[in-house]
Amino acid sequence: MSITPFRTPIAPSLVKEAYLALLKKGWRPGDRDLKTPRNLKIETGIIEKAEGSALVKLGNTQVIAGVKADIGSPFRDTPDQGVLTVHAEFVPLASPMFEPGPPDENAIEVARVVDRSLREVGAVDLPSLAIIPGEKVWVVWVDLYVIDHDGNLFDASMLATMAALLTARLPAYEESESGEILLKRGTPGEPIKVNTWITTVTTAKIGGYVVVDPNLEEEAISDVRLVTALDSGGRIVGMQKTGMGGLTTRDVERMIEYSIEASKVYFKALEDSIKR
Amino acid sequence: MESEERQLAGRIVVPGEPVDDAGGEEPYVASVGGVRRATVVGMIRESEEGGRTFVKLKGVYIPEPGHVVIGLITSVGIMNWFVDINSPYTAVLSVQDFLGRPFNPAVDDMSALLKVGDYIKAKVVAFDKTRSPTLTVQGEGLGRIVRGKVIEISPAKVPRVLGRKRSMLQVLEEKTGCSIFVARNGRIHLECPNEDLEAIAVMAIKIIEEEAHTSGLTRRIIKFIEEERKVREV
Amino acid sequence: MGGKPPEGVRLIGEDGRRHDGRLPHELRPIHMEVGVLNNADGSAIVQYGRTRVLAAVYGPREPHQKFPLLPDRAALRVRYHMAPFSTEDRKSPAPSRREIELSKVVRESLEPIVIAEEFPRTVIDVFLEVLQADGGTRTASVTAASLALADAGIPMKALVGSVAIGKVEGVLVVDVDELEDMYGEADMPVAAAPDLGEITLLQLNGVLSREEFSTALEMALESIKTIVDMEKDVLRKTYTSVEGGEQ
Repeated sequence: MSITPFRTPIAPSLVKEAYLALLKKGWRPGDRDLKTPRNLKIETGIIEKAEGSALVKLGNTQVIAGVKADIGSPFRDTPDQGVLTVHAEFVPLASPMFEPGPPDENAIEVARVVDRSLREVGAVDLPSLAIIPGEKVWVVWVDLYVIDHDGNLFDASMLATMAALLTARLPAYEESESGEILLKRGTPGEPIKVNTWITTVTTAKIGGYVVVDPNLEEEAISDVRLVTALDSGGRIVGMQKTGMGGLTTRDVERMIEYSIEASKVYFKALEDSIKR
Repeated sequence: MESEERQLAGRIVVPGEPVDDAGGEEPYVASVGGVRRATVVGMIRESEEGGRTFVKLKGVYIPEPGHVVIGLITSVGIMNWFVDINSPYTAVLSVQDFLGRPFNPAVDDMSALLKVGDYIKAKVVAFDKTRSPTLTVQGEGLGRIVRGKVIEISPAKVPRVLGRKRSMLQVLEEKTGCSIFVARNGRIHLECPNEDLEAIAVMAIKIIEEEAHTSGLTRRIIKFIEEERKVREV
Repeated sequence: MGGKPPEGVRLIGEDGRRHDGRLPHELRPIHMEVGVLNNADGSAIVQYGRTRVLAAVYGPREPHQKFPLLPDRAALRVRYHMAPFSTEDRKSPAPSRREIELSKVVRESLEPIVIAEEFPRTVIDVFLEVLQADGGTRTASVTAASLALADAGIPMKALVGSVAIGKVEGVLVVDVDELEDMYGEADMPVAAAPDLGEITLLQLNGVLSREEFSTALEMALESIKTIVDMEKDVLRKTYTSVEGGEQ
């Protein structure tokens, strides 16, 4: 069941008016133009016990991704592939709007959009995660932890997922004589093979304007957002309209244009974070 | 009669469809994207005052001050009753209003006055969508309904049961011998000489609800009532 | 998505036709009916081929359970749910993560068109039950919800309709069914209100180039116009037979 939410936080109408006046001039608060994402920092390897991890700071938004791997059975319809699962938690420490409890529709939406963006294009090489095809495969969990919410959880989550996967090392293991797989946790083994780099870029429609990477205040005054998943070649590999408003064809075309441009900034930051 | 009823038929319009120059009340006609459009299913027909008008065929009952409604007592509060008025909004009737004097909890027993399940005829005093509608039973013909039968139809069909200048209601009352009160919220109170006539009147009203806008309806209703009375020998 | 279709099934044949004989731009046979339930304030059943969705609208009403009501408008409450018997393998009736997400995107496809400001402090319930799933259950749900809302007399700016564009063997096709969804390269559900030129649902699962996306969106909007025209027809027909109006 999905219910019309309270508009939280409530955006004072004065804020919106002042904001629109600024947008008209092509600017946003903090000397940001409409097409530029906030300051982006990606740190990897922040959780030693995880197979891979990353902390993404997108403006004041902070998301941690942790990758854990275990050995399990493959799905019946894909016996020769590993299993990848994305899960998101909006923990209550991240925002006065978040309540304890199982993931709500917003957390589920973020996790599923990230999951689909990876899955549809085969970003993670699932066949290489098979250990004994048909019997034993790697089961890889990406757990997203939103720890500070200042808008655009989609992009921060996708970036964190990507950075964590790209730097993850599966645990080393030994095969015993009886065919048992013995994990050697703490001893890094093979990396997770990533075929394609993916980012999502979120754009918001505010009044008649389109802005890239909206912060919380911008989300509150926006009518609707579009999350566009892109690969580094500018192909569209996923999309999700989110929010209560509607879009015209022109809005959508403009949003994609802005998104392709902004994705280059995200990819560059990802690349830098891997090198370090 | 025939020509008058034919005018009731009109063109069906659906949500989003422009209504051009036809009259009609908000929000059932609204300006969307600079065009006046229907927002509910309705019909465009000649209006009684001349010109064309939009008549909604679907819709819920929204109370307005001055409307007389038939309400059902659904629960009892400390100083008031909560009343289902066939609307998204539950109405409130205060004990003080019902008594016409201040309420004294030491003497007055609310449950002896009105019980859950009682019907009342009441007038809407105030309503603005931010607070529950308030009712009064002070006025002629208002108060608890003690005899007869109450039935419910779609509030959008109330004008059809009344007919032009209450012509349909007149026919119903004359031909069945019932006294019939049609409230704005789609509830109808009937007091009839006997059960057979009551049953006939109820059936006739249901036919009007279902076949509103068809031409020759008044004539068919008269024929229906007369035939039923013959069959039932009343 | 991806993988090879079963032996003997050609997603796109040499004659350019799809596995069920449709041309790329053709919709499945669509059937719509309004006012199919007695209790609901508004209802509809919509079929896209073998996909069948039942919609019921209740309200505006005061909710039974304690519920944070909105002071300035009605809350829309949407439940997209699949019947256990609607799929090949029995689906557990407990709401899945997919159903929770789809309830949200379907609600957000209706929010822009429902005039909710008319009924503060109330709730408008839209219940969607997928009776049979053969691809396009969310799109058929949006179409069914649009009809049920109109049938309930809820003021709306316009009707919405929905369809999914797919890409199978490199060809963009309209209204993908389950098989095409399963083995195709992309699936893009779109909902829109053609009378307003407004897109109210947009998702993409799969890969499209920039140009393919624009073409796909155009194809979707064209098909949605056809679907909404069918909605208008069925509403007119329903109310003509009931009300005796002229079409």
